[in-house]
Amino acid sequence: MNKKIKGPDRNKVNFNRNRINLRIGVNNFAKHLFSLSTVFAVVVLGVLLYQIVAGSIGWLDWQFLTSNLSIFPEKAGIKGAIIGTLYLMMIVIPVTLILGVTTAIYLEEYAKESRLQRFIKVNISNLASVPSVIFGLLGLTVFSRMLSLGSSILAGGLTMSLLVLPIVVVAAQEALRAVPGFLREASYGMGADKWTTIWRVVLPVSIPGILTGAILAISRAIGETAPLVVLGIPTLIMKIPTGIMDDFTVMPIQIYYWTLDTVLTPEYAYLASATIVVLLVTLFILNSVAIIIRNKFQKTF
Amino acid sequence: MKDLDLDKYITKYVYDVKGLNLWYGDNQALMDINMQVLENEITAIIGPSGCGKSTFIKTLNRMIENIPIVRTEGQILYNGRNIFSSKMKVEELRTRVGMVFQKPNPFPKSIFENVVYGPKIHGVKDKKILMEIAEHSLRGAALWDEVKDRLNDNAYGLSGGQQQRLCIARTMAVSPEVILMDEPTSALDPVATMRIEELMEDLKKEYTVIIVTHNMQQAARISDKTAFFLSGELIEFDKTNKIFANPSDKRTEDYITGRFG
Repeated sequence: MNKKIKGPDRNKVNFNRNRINLRIGVNNFAKHLFSLSTVFAVVVLGVLLYQIVAGSIGWLDWQFLTSNLSIFPEKAGIKGAIIGTLYLMMIVIPVTLILGVTTAIYLEEYAKESRLQRFIKVNISNLASVPSVIFGLLGLTVFSRMLSLGSSILAGGLTMSLLVLPIVVVAAQEALRAVPGFLREASYGMGADKWTTIWRVVLPVSIPGILTGAILAISRAIGETAPLVVLGIPTLIMKIPTGIMDDFTVMPIQIYYWTLDTVLTPEYAYLASATIVVLLVTLFILNSVAIIIRNKFQKTF
Repeated sequence: MKDLDLDKYITKYVYDVKGLNLWYGDNQALMDINMQVLENEITAIIGPSGCGKSTFIKTLNRMIENIPIVRTEGQILYNGRNIFSSKMKVEELRTRVGMVFQKPNPFPKSIFENVVYGPKIHGVKDKKILMEIAEHSLRGAALWDEVKDRLNDNAYGLSGGQQQRLCIARTMAVSPEVILMDEPTSALDPVATMRIEELMEDLKKEYTVIIVTHNMQQAARISDKTAFFLSGELIEFDKTNKIFANPSDKRTEDYITGRFG
């Protein structure tokens, strides 16, 4: 009779109940640790929002939205900043959409696969991560000084356009790339040239993706402060802009200066809070529109 | 008058392929292909996967050039004109030579918009004419009765077989002279396949049809001539009856009897 072999059998995995329990314990620990990080982020955001909203109560009303700036906090409003933001968008939206989409079309559809084209593509992505202050300096040098546009809406708008252009280009490139090749083939097979194919087949399919990217880029432009500070947007501006060559201010700048001036007039903190609420609601609406477009028009083939 | 009648009996080559070589980069995919296609005939191209049959049919309307690394040599005369010559515009060639692809590829537009896509890009604007073209093409593709009440519905609501017939209708809408079909039934079920095969008989009356097929029975059922490709070479090209009953090349016989491929 052979002796029965004791101990671990090499061909079998011997499981140990304690070890399983230990691993379940580690898993539970990890789960709680990760959920704690999430909770931390949400709590911080919640506290921030609470403070802002609480500060804005009593200050954020119709009068606040429709009044001009004033040294008396009760009378002050952000009409100028809202109109300034709208004017800024009037420059940023057409410039980025036209330049961004045409650049993306060229790079994705026309440019031949080459070292230069790859170089350009990589650098457009890199450009998207350049700090916004740098774009401010660029705007100051080129638009404000060289083209002597000063701190006008046009100068600000062009600077902001440059800042968000890479985002639009990259988003549009991805949207174009997502159009299945068999649709292009079908069009070429009917005797269509490239532009007809792009105009009638590729663009209609990729428009939702392009729009989503564009809206996100625009909401970034609305919330951005640094480039405009570099351009030297005036601290206090009483005049409401009436044209693109006028000086202007926008909501984030207004928030910035009111916050600075709380040293002089403590009530300015409430005005800043109220402006932040307006800005956040605007951004929230824009982002929701982007999500709705993406979900509604997303096509699967 | 007699002379005019005689015209019918003069054989006209729609396609005359002379010494066609084709490379993908360094890999030669087609080797010295010589082949003639007659008007109003169905020419089937058969062969195992990777033999170059799809490459060949895509060369006939120069769709293959959408792949940048492709290089060709030799001549393809289309109604006597070399399609590779610089005077030949691919847009014109592809208008005269329509193509139906392996996978149904309607545009994400309405059924009507799909059919009139070609006429529209060639400048037809009149709504009435477009409607006539749409009806004529959809009838030609045996789809009219199924879709006439929902022309404005999205084409992706149709079944796979219907989508493929819609693609055939879309091709017919620009009144091409030749229709190239690249395995048009490989993504379809047997019933849909049968409907398209029935359709081919009618297509033959108006068009010259060249079809790539994986299915030898299909080639035998529908075609007048059959070309057998193997590893980039045209092994045998003859009347379909002859190819299937009494092939002259051993390799053709082996393939047809199912010894390989």
